[in-house]
Amino acid sequence: MAKELLKMEGITKIYGNGFMANKDITFTVNEGEIHALLGENGAGKTTLMKILFGLENCQQGKIYLNGQEAHIENPLDAIAKGVGMVHQHFMLVPNLSVAENVVLGIEPGPGQIFDKKTAVRMTEEASEKFQLKVDPNALVRDISVGLKQKVELLKALIRGVKVLILDEPTAVLTPQEVRELFVQLKTLRENGYGIIFISHKLDEVMELCDSATILRHGRVTGFVKKEEMNEIVLSKLIVGRDVVSTMEKKESTAGDTVLKVRNVTYVDDIGKKLVDDVSFGVRAGEIVGIAGVEGNGQNEISEIITGLLHMTKGTVSINGKETTGLNISQIRKLGLAHISEDRMTYGCAQDMSIYDNLSSIYLDNPKFTKGVFVNQKALNQYVKDCIEEFEIACDSEKSPIRMLSGGNIQKVIVAREFTSGANIIIANQPTRGIDVGTASLIHRLLQKYTREKGFAVLLISSDLNEVMNLSDRLLIMRDGKIAAQFTDMKKVNDELMGEYMLGIKKMTEEERGDLH
Amino acid sequence: MSLEYIETFLFTAVRIATPIMYVALCSTIALQGGLTNMAAESMMLISAITGVIFSAISQNLLIGILAGMMSSILITLFLCFAAFVMKVDLYLMSIALNTAMSGATIYIMYVLTGNKANTAGYFASLQMPNIQIPIIKDIPIIGNILSGHNGFTYLAIIMIFVVWFIIFRTKLGLRIRAVGQNPQAAESVGINPSKIYTISFVMASAIASLGGMFLSMGYQNMFIRDMTGGKGFIGMAAATIAGASPVGSALLAVVFGVADAVTHYSKLYITDAQFLSAMPYIITTVLLFILSYIRLKNSEHDMRKRKAAALKAHEENV
Repeated sequence: MAKELLKMEGITKIYGNGFMANKDITFTVNEGEIHALLGENGAGKTTLMKILFGLENCQQGKIYLNGQEAHIENPLDAIAKGVGMVHQHFMLVPNLSVAENVVLGIEPGPGQIFDKKTAVRMTEEASEKFQLKVDPNALVRDISVGLKQKVELLKALIRGVKVLILDEPTAVLTPQEVRELFVQLKTLRENGYGIIFISHKLDEVMELCDSATILRHGRVTGFVKKEEMNEIVLSKLIVGRDVVSTMEKKESTAGDTVLKVRNVTYVDDIGKKLVDDVSFGVRAGEIVGIAGVEGNGQNEISEIITGLLHMTKGTVSINGKETTGLNISQIRKLGLAHISEDRMTYGCAQDMSIYDNLSSIYLDNPKFTKGVFVNQKALNQYVKDCIEEFEIACDSEKSPIRMLSGGNIQKVIVAREFTSGANIIIANQPTRGIDVGTASLIHRLLQKYTREKGFAVLLISSDLNEVMNLSDRLLIMRDGKIAAQFTDMKKVNDELMGEYMLGIKKMTEEERGDLH
Repeated sequence: MSLEYIETFLFTAVRIATPIMYVALCSTIALQGGLTNMAAESMMLISAITGVIFSAISQNLLIGILAGMMSSILITLFLCFAAFVMKVDLYLMSIALNTAMSGATIYIMYVLTGNKANTAGYFASLQMPNIQIPIIKDIPIIGNILSGHNGFTYLAIIMIFVVWFIIFRTKLGLRIRAVGQNPQAAESVGINPSKIYTISFVMASAIASLGGMFLSMGYQNMFIRDMTGGKGFIGMAAATIAGASPVGSALLAVVFGVADAVTHYSKLYITDAQFLSAMPYIITTVLLFILSYIRLKNSEHDMRKRKAAALKAHEENV
């Protein structure tokens, strides 16, 4: 039996507003173990980790480190006691060098003088020791996301922590970077570190983790060893109901082509052709999926259609009208709705209430206005309906949207966009970083609105399962071009998609067929 | 235009630049910490009058300067308490403080002297002497421009290096820069941003006080009401445009000094007093535009270079 590095026993946390975030949670991490912490958004994972890292205190419960009871006052105290955390949003200073970031707070040097050379040497040594290759002199703002994460790991390791908390570390990484991270984490495991791995991606958890603790509504609902792990067991424990990953799908009855993309080319500031003469259409009543390795032009396509980006050549038409020269608001009025990939920037106004976020697009809509005044009554009713229909969990519609969990924020955005009166929806990564329950709700809604109301949906996603299960037609993008089209989704599988996504295979125009 | 004329002109420019240089350095420290110091005016005013009073009473220049500096630090601690502990908006508080200090200094002067315009005749302030720099003073032209300035002017030049050293070579400086760019990141490794803000503002106020005392104890030997005349804001502009670089801020301060000197010397040619009084500000505004434009172009260029480098790295990976 491996040594127990960390034990959290009977942790109960009740927030000031009476919300019980953690209820009698017991959780252990052994030496040389990668332990997954799973649960929907709002299940209490973050709260539990905040308690461990000294960012929150708890009403009941004890924390033991190396068998000894520990009172963790604040993050600095946590680090001193051997607990480090790599936050989802990196805690780095962009204009300082890698070495300066690594030693910040424990700067070497005589007296008040900062010894840069020693800092660089310390970073190099740690980088060597932990097999985390970084350039100590590079500025953090110039390095890739994957490297930034390594800097974060180094920051924790150089302070001598033994327990590492990783909060959704793979959400921001490319597949290659994820591979690399896994190798590094496995090395750390061999060296006796205890790692807490928070993630939504079950396949990653199954590959990497030795055991998993699952939380739901602030309680532990399960503990699973590696041998017993499989997707069905884990997702049952997470959502408490069966999430069937393959969906029942009704036949699509596609109508007219309502969204037309014709010969669209986009060249960026530095002259790189990111979208190369792309033409396709989406018909009413169908979901068209776009898959591809990130950075092959999918995102640009979405931004061009929605008007966030101006194409270099080509045309886009929505319900028969060209969008050239129109601003975003005018484009939306043609019948377009947009679920942005970046929900905190384009999807919502963080500090405004759920009410304001929902009503923001209706302030010039005759349905909700009387002359220059807003029709409060109609708007109140609308917000109430949205919260009900889209199952938005909130204390009050007046509370700021940023107080909600990621899944609930996305529900607000989806509610607003689906009811906006548009018939075309651009859904860009609609379920990225979102709990399984909300994701399946969004999937059901996409299905329902296309089948029953004749919506046209363009779904862009890096989640292959999602595009395969939902799409009626699937396009694969590679190097800014459409490399393949599949019209019979029964014949598609991961491997086949992979071959086109990586450019091993390419369809000819005849094979691709009618792109509409 | 004779050579002597140009020499005198540039000498004047350096003299005028001195207080702006102090404020620019003061704002540089605050800016590195991520905050704009809009209270430089009040820091200068309070130290200018306190320095005069204490040097006159004690008849000791050093005591006068230290008292002036202390007064500036005291009001800054009050500002920091309000902004970082009581969470009053820093910028509103700074503006309020400026207005308050403009009035308070006049009030103090009135109570002590019965005069509302200046302290001349009531307090014989000691003055920082002018200094002839050996060797340099014998160099033709340069000697006439750079030597013979007030002690405060040379202290300002030393301060450029001091500020640079603090920001880029000390642990405190690293922490100030870290807090300035990402307070959360600094906090996550145990650095208290409010403490860093307060330390940087106190240092800034000490430097600003020297600028204030140059006005009342270097260039003049008395306190005159509102004698800072907006220099606090010009210095702030210099630091902002220079991107909080100590050397750059100081150089820009000299540029603004030249703009002011141009106005002084234009009196001989331009008779419209209204236009003359607006001139330094017009020149400043135009300079701001030009420099901002250059910076914008440079940063665009940098961005493109970085993007290209990233792209190349990406292609190599593939």
